[in-house]
Amino acid sequence: MLQFILKRLGLAILVAITVSFISFSLLFLSGDPAAALAGETASGEDIEALRRLYGFDRPMLVQYFDWLASALRGDFGESYYFKLPVAGLIFDRLEVTMLLGVCGISFALLVAVPLGVAAAMRPNSIIDRLALFMSVAGQALPSFWFGLILIVVFAIKLGWLPPSGTTSWQNFVMPTIVLGYYAMPAIMRLTRAGMLEVLNSDYIRTARAKGASEVRVMFKHALRNAIIPVVSLAAVQMGFMLGGSIVVESIFALHGAGYLAWESIARNDLPTVQALILIFSMFYIVFTFLADVLNAWLDPRMRSS
Amino acid sequence: MKRTSLKLSIAALALSAAGAMPVLADKASDTLNVAFTKELENVDSYFNSSREGVVMQRAVWDGLIYRDPVTNEYKGNLAESWSWIDDTTLEFKLRQGITFHNGEVFNADDVVYTVNFVADEKSGVKTQRNVNWMKSAEKIDDYTVRIHLKEKFPAAIEFLSGPVSMYPNEYYAEAGPSGMGLKPVGTGPYKVTEVIPGQHFKLEKNENYHDSPKGQPTISKIDIRTIPDVNTQIAELFSGSLDMIWQTPADQAEKLAQMGNFTVANESTMRVGYLAMDAAGRSSMDPNPFTDVRVRRAVNHAIDRKAIVDNLLKGSSKVINTPCFPSQFGCQEDKAVSYDYDPEKAKALLAEAGYPDGFKTEFYAYRNRDYAEAIASYLNAVGIDTDFKMLQYSALRELNMKGEVPLSFMTWGSYSINDASAMVSQFFKHGSLDDARDDQALADLTVADSSTNPDERIEYYGKAINRITDQAFWAPMFSYNTNYVFKTDVDYQPTPDEVLRFTTMKWK
Repeated sequence: MLQFILKRLGLAILVAITVSFISFSLLFLSGDPAAALAGETASGEDIEALRRLYGFDRPMLVQYFDWLASALRGDFGESYYFKLPVAGLIFDRLEVTMLLGVCGISFALLVAVPLGVAAAMRPNSIIDRLALFMSVAGQALPSFWFGLILIVVFAIKLGWLPPSGTTSWQNFVMPTIVLGYYAMPAIMRLTRAGMLEVLNSDYIRTARAKGASEVRVMFKHALRNAIIPVVSLAAVQMGFMLGGSIVVESIFALHGAGYLAWESIARNDLPTVQALILIFSMFYIVFTFLADVLNAWLDPRMRSS
Repeated sequence: MKRTSLKLSIAALALSAAGAMPVLADKASDTLNVAFTKELENVDSYFNSSREGVVMQRAVWDGLIYRDPVTNEYKGNLAESWSWIDDTTLEFKLRQGITFHNGEVFNADDVVYTVNFVADEKSGVKTQRNVNWMKSAEKIDDYTVRIHLKEKFPAAIEFLSGPVSMYPNEYYAEAGPSGMGLKPVGTGPYKVTEVIPGQHFKLEKNENYHDSPKGQPTISKIDIRTIPDVNTQIAELFSGSLDMIWQTPADQAEKLAQMGNFTVANESTMRVGYLAMDAAGRSSMDPNPFTDVRVRRAVNHAIDRKAIVDNLLKGSSKVINTPCFPSQFGCQEDKAVSYDYDPEKAKALLAEAGYPDGFKTEFYAYRNRDYAEAIASYLNAVGIDTDFKMLQYSALRELNMKGEVPLSFMTWGSYSINDASAMVSQFFKHGSLDDARDDQALADLTVADSSTNPDERIEYYGKAINRITDQAFWAPMFSYNTNYVFKTDVDYQPTPDEVLRFTTMKWK
């Protein structure tokens, strides 16, 4: 088991390095980093001076390995744009993104799983129709639009919540709903499908025949099996929320890591982008790994394979 | 297990709830809440190149000289008076009794330190053009200082009243640009009390502000938050947690103006949009129609600039005929050859140049896709078939410097420098962005840029402008504008240089 974990870990690190190398090359293709750094008002000489200062005139491979060597020592360098250490910059913003991600996925699971179970228990009932409607709507609503509608209703018309910022917990209510809502349809559909399949299986009939209560059948026997693919999906969604909450962060002015990544790409802020890509890919890798462990806990058959 | 993580997240929520509640600030609490759209990289004004940075610079620091934004008259600010000792030496008598926000006394040492630091290329000041005309500074006595120029540079006064501000020598030597960015210290009308890099800036009125031509600040606190989404900014304005937004797009500003709860002010900016053409034939296009002056004139005649201004830019934008912004010193509209909208004439010129059926060209832009598309459709109408490509600024700039761009829609903001050298001289003196490479323009501009005689400067800028527009190296398009939206209890008169001046803002 330990050997298996180590092997997986080694593989994960290779994946992270490959991702970072590919993104490094792509950034170089997307525009002259010195020109982006110098800004619109700079003259040709300004740009040349910066090119020399940051060593953009060296071969790309040399620059990449230079970066990798420092990154392995925990030194992500200084942001070209902010002139501040990248590690500190990202750490500050990761806090917001992590809080948002945890709230978002919790909200999504909390609403989508019970709804999926309820829909599966009474297929084609009102609840099922409602759940179907929600999932269609969830997939169709663009989050920038949904976010603005929430702002109009809850911040402007009702005045219950602040429109944007990060000063209090109230600032996180609307972003959590918007971010979570986006992940809900997939989780709910998967829960419903899993439950429907499981509820028709022999062991559920056996459980019922034994005289187990409906609650026990549902949660102890059925959900535990139906939830396995949901766990894997939630892990991927969580990774997506941490790296991809750009729109939500931008609308609600949350200044998280996703928005920082997006802006840093436009600014060709290589050290920041590189560090963020490494961190985001690590998130995916870690969450996938955790999902596997969780699944193994839920389903003993997986432990042996 | 799931339940535990849920409890954790609830605990996290509850913990953050214990933090500060948002302070709804307004006239009652004497705090003006303003939004920035872009993240400001570093408050240290020598190490950013954004409009937001200029706004902060004018609030936190002072220059030796001040230019009145309305009358364009130069007045002493940190300096009482100044005089030219010779063509490359300026002497300043400094004002006494001024202290920095941290208590450090302002004197000649601060000027000497600041100038010597920023003029040194190794210090890495971001916009070198703002400082690289200075060689060094020399202390004569505690309140007399001389600045030595590298060569004749008549726009020195304009630069000293703009981007060159004075820093405290002792503090800056210790803190450096990163420290200054996190805890800025100046002599200006507002002092900075909090910086969250790129996100949040809090300013407080400097009670000991000297008798400056900027005037005395009246509003106690300025709270600036970065809100990237314009719609969110408007929502904040509606909900009362913002008092002022700016750079608001024309259609939204129009709607806000109709509501009656807000003052919408529109002011022109120095930014000029223009079409750059590969007149020197540097691009790989073969044959290159833009090397023919008749084709370039045809492009000028083809576009209905007034229609674009009236329908897209609106506000106080104007059609521009000069390769510079008309308020800039030396930028004379009457010296420019202007081209009216005449598609028939454009077609005739194209036919005369040997393109009766027009031609196909790549057409690049990096901002304002809607303006660029409008321009492209006018060009298509006279037979110039455009292959439109929208690029990131840095990518387009790279292509442009290599001379691989036959036709592009570009803009230039002159860094709010009110002197023609900040625009026309940037593009027509055979630099890497010069698509014309015209020797006559170079000769005229060289005289204009280095003469210390204002009349001679005007004469030679006039000659250069005439040459450039007669040869139609560019097709100048229009000037930009900015909308300022603020609550009706805020009293503010925006200036045409796109700088928010907190000092002149008051409550009604």
